[in-house]
Amino acid sequence: MTVVRETQLPGVGVKHDFTTGDSREVGVLTHRDGRRDIVVYDAVDPDSCSLQVSLSSDDTRTLAELLGTSQVNTAVQAVQQEIEGLAIEWFTLKDTAPLANATIGDSEMRTKTGVSIVAIIRDDVPTPAPGPGFGLIGGDVIVSVGTIEGLAKARELIAPD
Amino acid sequence: MLAAGSSEAALAFLEVGAVALGLALLSRLAGRIGITAVPLYLIAGLAFGEGGITEINVSTDFISLAAEIGVLLLLFTLGLEYTESELRNGLRTGVPPGLFDMLSNALPGVGMGLLLGWEPLAAVLLGGVTWVSSSGIISKVLSDLGRLANRETPAVLNLLVIEDLAMAVYLPVVAALIVGGSIAEISTSVGIALVTVTIILFAALRWGRRLTSMLEGGSDESLLLGAFGLTLLVAGAAQSLEVSGAIGAFLVGIALSGPVAERVERLISPLQDLFAATFFVFFSFQINPADLFDAALPALGLAVVTMLTKIATGWFAAQRIGAGPRGRLRVGTALMARGEFSIVIAALGADLADGPELGALAAGYVLITAVVGPVAARFSDRIPLGRLGTKRAKPASA
Repeated sequence: MTVVRETQLPGVGVKHDFTTGDSREVGVLTHRDGRRDIVVYDAVDPDSCSLQVSLSSDDTRTLAELLGTSQVNTAVQAVQQEIEGLAIEWFTLKDTAPLANATIGDSEMRTKTGVSIVAIIRDDVPTPAPGPGFGLIGGDVIVSVGTIEGLAKARELIAPD
Repeated sequence: MLAAGSSEAALAFLEVGAVALGLALLSRLAGRIGITAVPLYLIAGLAFGEGGITEINVSTDFISLAAEIGVLLLLFTLGLEYTESELRNGLRTGVPPGLFDMLSNALPGVGMGLLLGWEPLAAVLLGGVTWVSSSGIISKVLSDLGRLANRETPAVLNLLVIEDLAMAVYLPVVAALIVGGSIAEISTSVGIALVTVTIILFAALRWGRRLTSMLEGGSDESLLLGAFGLTLLVAGAAQSLEVSGAIGAFLVGIALSGPVAERVERLISPLQDLFAATFFVFFSFQINPADLFDAALPALGLAVVTMLTKIATGWFAAQRIGAGPRGRLRVGTALMARGEFSIVIAALGADLADGPELGALAAGYVLITAVVGPVAARFSDRIPLGRLGTKRAKPASA
């Protein structure tokens, strides 16, 4: 396990650094306002930084995703292999769609397409496993699980072109 | 009031407006050449003050009050800068370099004061002027040069914390000394000052969170007014106990913590810029340029000596945390700049018999160190260290 050193910088923030496998010193300086700097220490003068990149909070997230990607991909592939033929899809309900302002029961989604609605996300608030009485309105994100063909039919009802 | 003194008001507006515009240009110039604006403000004050190019008279009352508020806000934001845990941590680890810093940098100032035949108190104030580095200049230099993450940088920052804490004791004590009186009176007032500061400091660390949560919530406007009002109120109370008002403001800054402190810092910084600029201008306003010429040589000599002693201080402090020779030199050169605090200390002694000379010397001294310091920090990696520079491991002893 890598040892991460923490240093408090009064008035600035906090710095974490560690030594990589090929003995380079790498650190992250977290400013109080959330801004982060990535620094790589100089090989000759190990007290100073030879490289410094400032990241906004968006940049930080992007970089974290890039660095974490390979693991996430592997995990997703594993899940897909387990349930061959089943897919999951996020649809945003259009105001003009047949399903808008209907309840899930009224929509007869399951009967018509074989697709199950597993969750509704409204204004960023998710409702898992909604009942048949749940009223749908335009803008809801409908999380559905089914076969590829079934999901294509569901798209006609939820977000027709 | 506006109607009655309208011609006077018009003249005051013209003068204050012209000065502010002039300062705006200077601040832009300072940004262009990459130094802080403080030395330029001092030069501007010289030009407009007594015996300068032109004299401004009408608005002096207003400007002097604004300058006083400037000192309070300077110290308030300085207090805001550090959290209570950073201060505690600074006290725990920073005492040896702090003592080294005080002895090696204050003593040359005191010596110079005595050499010039000043009264001992003025010499002690000059010691304060040469002692404290400018945290404003230094934090800007470190971030501009991209050295915040450097391994030696905590040595700089911790030393600044210790100097701040030392000022919390030094300022009220010299303020009490300046009030003067018999030995018994002086020792009573110094005692009162120390007790008051200890109580406020303790209360700030103990109940700071509660104070913070009382200010929390509400609009930016109410927070700004609340923080500003509280600062002036505590400063006024401290002042009436003959403890320097500046220290009251400083302690209010320390008491505020967390996200509220950050919000306050953001909100109050434009106010601070405005009032602090006024303070620097007003300070050198009162300096007679003739005095400055007399002070030029001592100021230069003192600057050279105490810039070298700051390098020694930095070398010592950085070595303690295991930095190499290059890093130690970077710490030393970074610490060379003196600024706002030195001027605040010199301003305390304005009413002493040697006050005018002290002011002129401090102004010249800050002008030199505030300009040379950042330049030296920038080029410190090019200073040849000879055999020392190639040494990688920690030497056995200093």
